[in-house]
Amino acid sequence: MTDGTPEITYRDAIREAIREALLADPRVFLMGEDVGRYGGCYAVTKGLLDEFGPDRIRDTPLSESAFVGAGIGAALGGMRPIVEIMTVNFSLLALDQIVNNAATIRHMSGGQFAVPVVIRMATGAGRQLAAQHSHSLEGWYAHIPGLKVVTPATLEDARFMLAAALADPNPVLIFEHVMLYNRSGVLPADAGPVDIRRAIVRRFGKHVTLVTYGGTLFKTLDAAATLAKEEVEVEVVDLRVLRPLDAETLLASVRKTRRAVIVDEGWRSGSLSAEISARIMEGAFWELDGPVCRVCSAEVPIPYPHHLEEAALPQPTAIVAAAKAALGA
Amino acid sequence: MSQADTAKPHLSREHLLGLLTGMVRIRRFEEKCAKLYQQEKIRGFLHLYIGEEAIAVGSMQALTPADAIVATYREHGHALARGVSMDAVMAEMYGKTEGCSRGRGGSMHLFEAATRFYGGNAIVGGGLPLAVGLALAEKMQQRAGIAACFFGEGAVAEGEFHESLNLAELWRLPVLFVCENNLYAMGTRLERSESQPDIHIKAQSYNVPAEVVDGMDVVAVEAATRRVCASIRAGGGPALLECRTYRFRAHSMFDPQLYRERAEVEEWKHRDPIDRLAAWMRQTGVLHDSDLAAIEAQVATEIEQSVAFAESGHWELVAELARDVYAAEGAR
Repeated sequence: MTDGTPEITYRDAIREAIREALLADPRVFLMGEDVGRYGGCYAVTKGLLDEFGPDRIRDTPLSESAFVGAGIGAALGGMRPIVEIMTVNFSLLALDQIVNNAATIRHMSGGQFAVPVVIRMATGAGRQLAAQHSHSLEGWYAHIPGLKVVTPATLEDARFMLAAALADPNPVLIFEHVMLYNRSGVLPADAGPVDIRRAIVRRFGKHVTLVTYGGTLFKTLDAAATLAKEEVEVEVVDLRVLRPLDAETLLASVRKTRRAVIVDEGWRSGSLSAEISARIMEGAFWELDGPVCRVCSAEVPIPYPHHLEEAALPQPTAIVAAAKAALGA
Repeated sequence: MSQADTAKPHLSREHLLGLLTGMVRIRRFEEKCAKLYQQEKIRGFLHLYIGEEAIAVGSMQALTPADAIVATYREHGHALARGVSMDAVMAEMYGKTEGCSRGRGGSMHLFEAATRFYGGNAIVGGGLPLAVGLALAEKMQQRAGIAACFFGEGAVAEGEFHESLNLAELWRLPVLFVCENNLYAMGTRLERSESQPDIHIKAQSYNVPAEVVDGMDVVAVEAATRRVCASIRAGGGPALLECRTYRFRAHSMFDPQLYRERAEVEEWKHRDPIDRLAAWMRQTGVLHDSDLAAIEAQVATEIEQSVAFAESGHWELVAELARDVYAAEGAR
């Protein structure tokens, strides 16, 4: 560091975002399993209990349905809850509350009741946690009208998406990829509020568009750097918001490069990557020079051994190969 | 001091006539709904509360406008007893924009912000966590309201019942859990689905004070609700009332009732909460035939008006299909 600005991790950025929200609005509180005394299963919330006390940093029983539902109820009652679920796999125990209540109450009540709840959860593989802690099910939630789904990948998004999510009057789900928590860097001095309606181009190029989000963003950027050495200029679109999709940014890039590869840690069958592919067909078919390609996780429950887990996930080499295939190389 | 703040019912003639009117209103409204269903004016599912009116009417006496209400898909009675207008409920049954949920919800999803009526939830057990959260919001904002949650005995088999009672007691939240035990979860009798059919005992295992009430006796329900609400409002944490009752009609309009004997239904009809209150009032000299006739006439007029209101209501424009899925852009 030349200017003395300290490096922070993605984990620190989220913690700082939660602190800022708690300081800014007395209606905000955090609840979830082990968010208080333990400090969060990924240590995101460490220290917050001491600073804000047990009324605003609430350890819950292992009752996902009840505490997620209570978050929805508290939002109906005028609070701005941040609910943490340890992993997306555990969120399935609260699926009823999220899909049947959070997503529907505004519509079913004819617009009388808002559900401004924020639900954060870890997603993704890479820590050898096997098939009940490692899946990427954010695409499922992106299927549901009434929900907003955001996936911060960068430090800036980790630091600033929460405030935007809390300011949003709709239920917002934030997916934090487990392999991002330890990533560190320096927040740019001009980093500030983010627009959670927009995808963003992370790298500009003209030959092929790589579309990704969350945990696979940096793998995709690594692949882009490799391809640059071979004079393939890749454009990388970070979706950031899985619902509602920012088709405009996506299609603008594809219309420019005329080729697209989708990189998604979710499985390909019935998936978000299938949806993005369809959007490209609907919006830019006549401008494509070749078929849309996908790099997704192998269609297996994520296995425990390191080499098999790595083999199951999208990797930079596969992304490079897919980009070349899309270019007919 | 409003009447809801007092711990005991005040059994004046006026109050008793109010209870009787409240129950007759729900009964006749639903009888009309059943006819309108046959005429295909009302579609979808229609779950009638007939036989169980004493619970909604009795318990609502102890609740104030500041309290939040969460109910089930058998909630016409709760909405009417809470003060949602019959016009708005009937228009909702029709699916018109003048309905209390703008027509989007129908029979199972009555909502109204003005009366803090948070639905109409058609997932069994789905409303219990919401009530816990609404109570948490009251407590964290130092407001005086409580959350009252109605659910059937079928919900007791769901995990949400157990998770919600535990959380409410753990955090000492002001929740009134009202279990409307009508013995059958659709066609499954309580003993066929619960190893411990005494529901209040389950609540007690979470340290939630619980009592059994005769759900066919509106005064008993009111008295019990006042008693436990006084404790909840005083900071005593949640409480549960198990109201033993019976549904006189089928589960929904598609139910041939193969699972219960006609004799059992007839036996319970002898405990009809309306007849029972009326008989008791007659015995004590506070009800005259002319009172009953006046109540019936008043209710008939209200129902007639609500049907006219619903008939003259408007269908949502198809162009408005996607409204209220998300907040309007820029809303906070």
